[in-house]
Amino acid sequence: MNGLAILIPVALGLGMLGLAAFFWALKRGQFEDLDGAAARILIEDEE
Amino acid sequence: MTEPARQFASQALAATVLVVPGMHCAGCMGKVEKGLNAVPGVSAARVNLTARQVRVEHDPALGIPALVDAIAKAGFASQPRGEELTPPESAAKPLLAPLAVAAFACMNVMLLSVSIWSGADGATKALFHWLSALIGVPAILYAGRPFFTSAWGALKHGTTNMDVPISIGVTLATGLSLYETAIGGADAWFDGTLMLLLFLLTGRVLDAAMRDRARAGVDSLLRQAAPGAMVVSRDGSLQWLSAASLVSGMVMRVAMGERLAADGMIANGASRFDQSLLTGESGPVAAGEGDLVHAGTLNLDAPVDVRVSATGADTSLAEIARLMDAAGQARSKYVRLADRASRLYAPAVHMLAALSFAGWILAGAGLYQSAVIAIAVLIITCPCAIGLAVPVAQVVASGALMRAGIMVKDGSALERMAGVDRVLLDKTGTLTLGRPTPDVAALDALDCDEAAVTLALASHSRHPLSRALVETLTARGVTAADLSEVGEEAGHGVTARWNGHAVALRRPEAASGIATALVLGDRPIRLIAFADRLRPDAEAALTQFAQLGIAASILSGDNAGAVADVARATGLTAQASASPADKQAAITRLQASGRKVLMVGDGLNDGPALAAADASIAPGSASDVGRQAADMVFLGESLLALPRAVTASRRTLRVVKQNFVLAIGYNVLAVPLAMAGLITPLLAAVAMSTSSLLVIGNSLRLVRAAR
Repeated sequence: MNGLAILIPVALGLGMLGLAAFFWALKRGQFEDLDGAAARILIEDEE
Repeated sequence: MTEPARQFASQALAATVLVVPGMHCAGCMGKVEKGLNAVPGVSAARVNLTARQVRVEHDPALGIPALVDAIAKAGFASQPRGEELTPPESAAKPLLAPLAVAAFACMNVMLLSVSIWSGADGATKALFHWLSALIGVPAILYAGRPFFTSAWGALKHGTTNMDVPISIGVTLATGLSLYETAIGGADAWFDGTLMLLLFLLTGRVLDAAMRDRARAGVDSLLRQAAPGAMVVSRDGSLQWLSAASLVSGMVMRVAMGERLAADGMIANGASRFDQSLLTGESGPVAAGEGDLVHAGTLNLDAPVDVRVSATGADTSLAEIARLMDAAGQARSKYVRLADRASRLYAPAVHMLAALSFAGWILAGAGLYQSAVIAIAVLIITCPCAIGLAVPVAQVVASGALMRAGIMVKDGSALERMAGVDRVLLDKTGTLTLGRPTPDVAALDALDCDEAAVTLALASHSRHPLSRALVETLTARGVTAADLSEVGEEAGHGVTARWNGHAVALRRPEAASGIATALVLGDRPIRLIAFADRLRPDAEAALTQFAQLGIAASILSGDNAGAVADVARATGLTAQASASPADKQAAITRLQASGRKVLMVGDGLNDGPALAAADASIAPGSASDVGRQAADMVFLGESLLALPRAVTASRRTLRVVKQNFVLAIGYNVLAVPLAMAGLITPLLAAVAMSTSSLLVIGNSLRLVRAAR
């Protein structure tokens, strides 16, 4: 029972962290241009 | 950000969105962004490849033409996106957050449920149920909102849809689970409810994403032609005005190779006009001072000044638009397969649940036990796999079609396309390429020098015939000769000197049809005839239609002579000189005799027919109206895209039907168990996910549907 008291909050916390990260990405427009994001890695930066 | 960019950031920046249809890879993105960032005054440029657009933040003093120039230097054509700066509302985006919440909650509740199923008991079980409720109830409220609002909207109007049984099932299941948790009962259904929402939302997101993607593709095509005109003001200066701001009485200067933005009368100059998009007529029509010319026609020979007589809603285009509106209404009556299924399904589900409740009461079970069983029936019959059956198959198929160069506007297009048994093809621009190409025999007759001089002369002109010559000769590997003293006289041709000889590419004195004459010193004059060629693979495509059991015929606005040539070449029957209303009537007649008609056309004159037909396709080279009215747009020149679209649609329909069988088959197995009171949350979860996975797996077979 003691193990559960630690592990369950940890599991939920990690899950919430992932959910929060997704919401952040959604709000910041990370899903606006999926094709472009895939291609962008191939652009050579000269700076 | 670079140093100068930061300075601009402090000022108020203007934002401009430009459409760049030609971008398709990382290289293109890099070139456009680098080209724009090199312009002084631009602080940031970011390409959106999905929408084929670039958003530029720049000093307000910097005009749009400077940006267009910069992109042109990078090698791309672009147009400012005028009216609305914000991208069109996406259908999929508002569903992403509920989907994420449902997925998160489903995973965590499932984790707790697994421990309960594997034997957690007593206090642990109660704790886990309470934890599940803590995660599940808020998540269900949030993730279920799209369904609740839609169901409420339907109920308010006295109708029902797929969302009504879903909402009822979800609400009852959540209520029951909370009650069970509170009294320390045996089973809670939070996991099943969340899983149901997760799968249903997945289906919705896929469906919406498909429509978004197709719309982005079609939008970038539509915006290619920015209608507008160079207007001559009284002091003689020129100014570019968009079509919407043209007023009758203005004089617009229409360059060679430009499309008219409004109806008008020629005030100065004479030229020939290509009306093929408007009337389907393939031959150019000559018009001089005082003659009427129509919006949408292409100026072929020489620049002319046109006094605008009608704009916008008054033009000959507007009449076509009115016809199209009326024609489109018939199609909107089509009921999508998923909706038809839900119309049958929703009452059946409620009936079953009510029956099992009544049955158990009659059999002497308590009110509570009967309610639990009825709710179990509702949960188990909730159309999880049915909700996925249609969208997953259609998304996979439309993705496959898109890779094959066919853009599908929405899922119902695939359903309607699968049913066609008759195809009507427009001639100019659909069966044929819609632009003149030089006669092969005439080009073969040219010797090396003549070909080289022809190419050199043609490359100095923007005339459509010259451009066709350049394209064909370059493809043949001819290199241009060195010319001097090149001059072009509008309406007559290009003249120059080559190795001391006078050379010219000019309008022939007398020729039937379209042709150009090559004069090379004292050599005999060479006549190069032009003709509108059949699209490649036209015959193969028609053969495939025959194999599919689809009868084809031509429906053209062109004159009988020109249509007869194509009819002979393809072996099809034809109707010539059809007006837009005639075309629509021909389709209505066929539909009245029980045929499902596929219309293929490109012109403005095809618009009403495209909208009236059961399904329609337009080539990518079609007029704006054509592309907008059609269900699908195919890129490239090959007509094989047509039978391919039909075959893929039929395959999709077959898979959708199989999916329904799989989904309903699961219900046939699970419902008796539920009615007998034997279903536990574990069994419900297993059954639900198995049937959903089966449906998804079956749909993935469509990846190769467009081959």
